[in-house]
Amino acid sequence: MVAPAVELQGITKRFPGVVANRDVTFSVQRGTVHAIVGENGAGKSTLMKILYGVLRADEGTVRVDGKPLALHGPSDAIDAGIGMVFQHFMLADNLTVLENVVLGAENLHGIADRARAEIERISAGYGLNVHADDLVADLGVGIRQRVEILKVLYRGAKILILDEPTAVLVPQEVDELFDNLRELKSEGLTVIFISHKLDEVLSVADSITVIRRGTTVATVDPKSVTSRQLAELMVGSELPSASTHVSTVTDRPLLAITGLTLAGAGVRDVLHDITLTIHAGEVLGVAGVEGNGQAELVEAIMGMREPTAGRILLEDQDISDWHTREIREAGVGYIPEDRHRHALLLDAPLWENTMLGHQTESPNVKGVWVDAAGAKAGAERILAEYDVRTPSIYVTANSLSGGNQQKLIIGREMSYTPKVLVAAHPTRGVDVGAQAAIWDHIRRARREGLAVLLISADLDELIGLSDTIRVILRGQLSAEFDPDVVTAQDLGAAMTGADQREPGAVADDPGTRHTEAGRETHGVEDGQ
Amino acid sequence: MKATLDLRRVGLGLVAPVLAILVAFVVTSTVLLLAGDPVVEVWTQLLTAPRPRLVVAIINGASVYYMSAIAVAIGFRMNLFNIGVDGQYRIAAFAAAVFAGQGWLPGPLNVIVSLLIAVVVGAAWAGIAGWLKVSRGVSEVISTIMLNAIATGLVSFLLFRVADSTAGSNVTNTKTIPTSSQVPGFALVPGTPNKVYGFILLAALVGIAYWVILNKTRFGYDLRATGRSETAAVASGVNVKRMVLTAMVISGAAAGLVGMPLLFGQDYSYGTTFQPGLGFAGIAIALLGRNHPVGIAFGALLWSYLEQQSNGLQITVGVSSELVFIIQGVIVLAVVIAYEVVRRAGLRMEQRKVARQLSDQPGSPTPEGVTV
Repeated sequence: MVAPAVELQGITKRFPGVVANRDVTFSVQRGTVHAIVGENGAGKSTLMKILYGVLRADEGTVRVDGKPLALHGPSDAIDAGIGMVFQHFMLADNLTVLENVVLGAENLHGIADRARAEIERISAGYGLNVHADDLVADLGVGIRQRVEILKVLYRGAKILILDEPTAVLVPQEVDELFDNLRELKSEGLTVIFISHKLDEVLSVADSITVIRRGTTVATVDPKSVTSRQLAELMVGSELPSASTHVSTVTDRPLLAITGLTLAGAGVRDVLHDITLTIHAGEVLGVAGVEGNGQAELVEAIMGMREPTAGRILLEDQDISDWHTREIREAGVGYIPEDRHRHALLLDAPLWENTMLGHQTESPNVKGVWVDAAGAKAGAERILAEYDVRTPSIYVTANSLSGGNQQKLIIGREMSYTPKVLVAAHPTRGVDVGAQAAIWDHIRRARREGLAVLLISADLDELIGLSDTIRVILRGQLSAEFDPDVVTAQDLGAAMTGADQREPGAVADDPGTRHTEAGRETHGVEDGQ
Repeated sequence: MKATLDLRRVGLGLVAPVLAILVAFVVTSTVLLLAGDPVVEVWTQLLTAPRPRLVVAIINGASVYYMSAIAVAIGFRMNLFNIGVDGQYRIAAFAAAVFAGQGWLPGPLNVIVSLLIAVVVGAAWAGIAGWLKVSRGVSEVISTIMLNAIATGLVSFLLFRVADSTAGSNVTNTKTIPTSSQVPGFALVPGTPNKVYGFILLAALVGIAYWVILNKTRFGYDLRATGRSETAAVASGVNVKRMVLTAMVISGAAAGLVGMPLLFGQDYSYGTTFQPGLGFAGIAIALLGRNHPVGIAFGALLWSYLEQQSNGLQITVGVSSELVFIIQGVIVLAVVIAYEVVRRAGLRMEQRKVARQLSDQPGSPTPEGVTV
């Protein structure tokens, strides 16, 4: 029996006040794809950092090819043949692929023809389809990721760690990536694949290790488990699902946007002729590859950008030239995409955070004065009602976990009698428990007759929660999709423009199903 | 819960300035040693209890520094660096002195109107920088530094025009304020005929107003929110441009008052000998006092103390009193570093504490469980 490529035994890592990893033990066979799954905060990233030498374990041993390894830094890991592809790409846009690859590894194959030949050899050998002289700025997300993989292979890695590699990809690109991984595997390389997307893990992994609360709970064979069983291992309890059940959509439009256009710096409009209506009790989901105008659409609605043309009606009032504060006071709740930058005062106590965005509304103020007692009582109520886990309302927002921060934000936005809720990526980066709670709150908002605009990159979330789905591509909205029949593949095709449809064309029949949207994938280069 | 947290916060808040003062002590001693100066004698001179006459001077100096630091702090709370308090207080004091010297209005009324003039002129001068930032994106640091230079030139130029030159003197002054409009002092310190400025009350008032407006009003909340995170403030509906202009104007208004204790309680006119450099001291003191009205009061007292106590150095131990600039400079540098270190430590402590308290709670708390 050959020694496993990687073997971890009894790895424990403590941070002040928390144990990030406790007695983590698993082994990875050579030439396999081994997935590590667990909810956010379960300790996956810490574990991978230990394996890559960024952090040092307090206890336990790491063996590579049966030999114990003392990792003092990433260079030790690289020497041992371990390479890591981070979730956030580390590429210089204004350099070519060749220049990016040799950067920091100049003494391996030089910086010119020998390096170019080596890159072409690796690219051809593993079917990566990367060209040495392309400028990185011109490349789409999928190719950039392959450049990152190539970078690691170039440095001689035999064991690849991929940290949530599919988070930034559309479904078609995910398929391509998985083809690449199978190729790597067949060439004898070992892949450790971190994810919390269970269907993906089941389709690509040869073996799956589940981590919960910092420790390994099981290593399972993907052929013998369902994604539901896997999820239950991850969460340790019964699982929520995103579906919304009975329709509550009314015929009373609360938010109606017509012809909304936002001129861009170049020739193309950032938003072009956006028209949509959300009724009371309706969740309208907007899918799209990041950077296609979602953020701008939200900012235009919230009064943070001045539309070039078009009207935004809240009930029957035109709010398109209102100021953000007036729009919020009129009853538009806002869950921003980046909670740290746009939704929280990280250094301020929680009770000052629960009044942010509503600092002109009761119970937070009386006339020009802040009503601290009222605001604190309001904070206590919001934190209790939305199950924000905190010892008190006086700790800073910084000391809460991401899920609790997000629950606070949603609680806040739901607590000042909103009519419309604009939610951008409401469950991004939160754990499964908080995700379920947030979904519940969005469903409750819908039941209570709010109009919800849901922007998300999580297609399952969109399909599960929305009454109607639109896709945004290059600043234009697609036809409506019916979440009951649409598949993630259909949406993915529309998101990249691969469905060959005229973007922005609105179908007459909201139930239109995009059949056979096409498996021929184009990547998202043109969607960027 | 709240009380313990606050106590800890106060404790953390004190660590940084105390550390900074210790560092300043060590660095200054090293400098003295290297220069071959008598270390022990210098510290004895600096640390012996000041005479009553000096106590009054310390308090008076501090009251002026206090207002200057508050003016700077108003900007700091919004991440605005009003380097221009120096120009603002001088041009405002000059305008008020010119008006008050005319004696057009009787006694106290003359004082009140002069104060208003100082406030308006200081606000307007700062408002130029605010307007440039909002409309043209000019950094307030650059524009206020420029405006300082312009204010200096402008005041010298105008002073020459309106000067009430006394024969045989090369000192140029505005007309002396009528006796009925001079603000009497308080004989607070026994053992000396010198009096504490009557306008120390004005300084206290400015401090209280600063605290109330910042902490108790909607406007103050918006201002602090903008300072903590401009992006979050925008998303919450704060009109950041208007906020920048308003904060700059208010900071300038406070700066306008800085010279008033000197004008009405000591010099009674504005002239070439009017105390310079108050604005820059204000920046250092605001940093040291961490923009807190009480912290700034201690900072101002420390500044003034060091200055008054160092006056005797030259005579008694033969060391230049400029030594005090080394102490002050090191304190400011050290305090900025120490605050950041302490802030990070505080955050880590809090995160640990929250994690510990949450893990102590059995299972997941019910909504009722968290209600206090």
